Amino acid sequence: MTTESCDVLVVGGGPAGLAAAVSAHDSGAKVLLIEREARLGGILKQCIHDGFGLHRFGEQLSGPEYAERFEDELYKRKIEYRTLTFVTKIEKKENGRFTVHTVGRNGVSVLDTKSLILATGCRERTAKQVFIHGTRPAGVFTAGTAQHFTNILGLMPAKKCVILGSGDIGLIMARRLTLEGAQVLGVYEAKPTPSGLTRNLHQCLYDFDIPLHLSHTVTRVFGVDRLEAVEISNVDEKMTPIPGTETIVKCDALILSVGLIPENELAESIGVKLDPRTKGPVCDGQCMTSIDGVFSCGNALHVNDLVDYVSQNAEQAGKSAAEYSNKERKFVGINPGDDLLYAVPQRLNINADNGKTDLYFRVKNDENNCVLHILCGGKEILKKKYAFMRPPEMENLTIDFNSCNLNENSKIELRLERLGKGDGVK
Amino acid sequence: MTKELVCIVCPRSCRMTVSADGNETVVTGNSCKRGKDFAVREMTDPRRTVCTTVKTSFSYAPVLPVRVSAPIPKNRIFDLMREINKITVSKKIGRNDIVVKNILNLGVDLISTSNVLKHENN
Repeated sequence: MTTESCDVLVVGGGPAGLAAAVSAHDSGAKVLLIEREARLGGILKQCIHDGFGLHRFGEQLSGPEYAERFEDELYKRKIEYRTLTFVTKIEKKENGRFTVHTVGRNGVSVLDTKSLILATGCRERTAKQVFIHGTRPAGVFTAGTAQHFTNILGLMPAKKCVILGSGDIGLIMARRLTLEGAQVLGVYEAKPTPSGLTRNLHQCLYDFDIPLHLSHTVTRVFGVDRLEAVEISNVDEKMTPIPGTETIVKCDALILSVGLIPENELAESIGVKLDPRTKGPVCDGQCMTSIDGVFSCGNALHVNDLVDYVSQNAEQAGKSAAEYSNKERKFVGINPGDDLLYAVPQRLNINADNGKTDLYFRVKNDENNCVLHILCGGKEILKKKYAFMRPPEMENLTIDFNSCNLNENSKIELRLERLGKGDGVK
Repeated sequence: MTKELVCIVCPRSCRMTVSADGNETVVTGNSCKRGKDFAVREMTDPRRTVCTTVKTSFSYAPVLPVRVSAPIPKNRIFDLMREINKITVSKKIGRNDIVVKNILNLGVDLISTSNVLKHENN
């Protein structure tokens, strides 16, 4: 078997992989993109609603429109890509290069590459992962599956349904199924606050009088062949169901929008270290993971709420992967502090150019009227005031870390200062 | 009359207050002009962009994603959906191509948002 060679191999043809491939190509690399599905575009193929690309293009695009703009860039540059191709194994060689085994329409291939970009996206949490008890009838879907049925296959997955979880895909599906004639009885959320973007609560639920029940969850499902009903319970502040509060809601589908988890089996198979907060790889300002030459971007790195940020982050990964050389890295950590859920990147390579570092972060709880301070070695390098911050809404800042002469002992900290009295004290 | 609104123009989801007092409409809480325009329109003529799918006659892509070229009155959304559900696309049209011109006389076109019909080999 002959081994084909490239400079940058991109795994995943969704928005992250597409932007990374284009960016790596534009930085002079010979790029090969591998996609396991039949078509490029990733999850955006089925996200037919609009609202994508406002940051990037100043337009409200639908998912397919956004993805196809990047596909067009790929075609224009004649970047090589393979669909219906699956990566089965990655090995790091002694010379620092990688061997990638794939299986596809033409059988098994072995590829050799200087660097790798893992743009493998994320997966939905399933019914089993949220401990729903009862029988196993048809009619229990993740929101993404329901979306695939409706928007790709043109099949209606429900006539009368309950949605568990107020994540954005669940909210979008509440509207979508309503438009197509299904009855959405309600959206139930175990947490006391909604998980999705505020505008989605308004344009997807309130516009259609779909009720949102906070601090409620589904505790059981009923039905043999097909779902017939679900049991809903109130939950306490620890999200534990309260006995005696059960009510039965008759429905033929339960749609789950209970969170997304970065998909990193491939990354883990080669020993990439994951951050327990993001469940994605620990990376530096160049999107390089703990393994030299392996880069991560998009939802595989951390779950984003806006694809515009995925593209931005993937372009950084593409450029860095193209420019990658075996130079030694030395790290300084970025401490997200007590009030932030996480910050990406988790660390900076002090031997790299960190002049334009894109920092992505989320708060743990709703905050009002606060100031974020970014400190380097105790010295403030940036501060920004926020009228409000919410966990579902990721924040992004571009920071010049070159200006603070980083060394291994520099401590980078993010600190949130609350200004308002009474507001946001949680 | 005063109304609290959440702007749906962009993901910022600004919380706005609109007060209409006779001829004068005052908007606060918006971060940009688009937000102000949205708030004023929401009080007088609320509109939404509808994105959905239309049936096709192609087995490799049974539905085609579409949307209206500009927002339509909120109270016509279900009329529009009923009209769209009557359509079957049998030509391999591409992204931005018009599926129905001036649909339901709403002054907007129904346009395709994908090239999926052009990718038969997949």
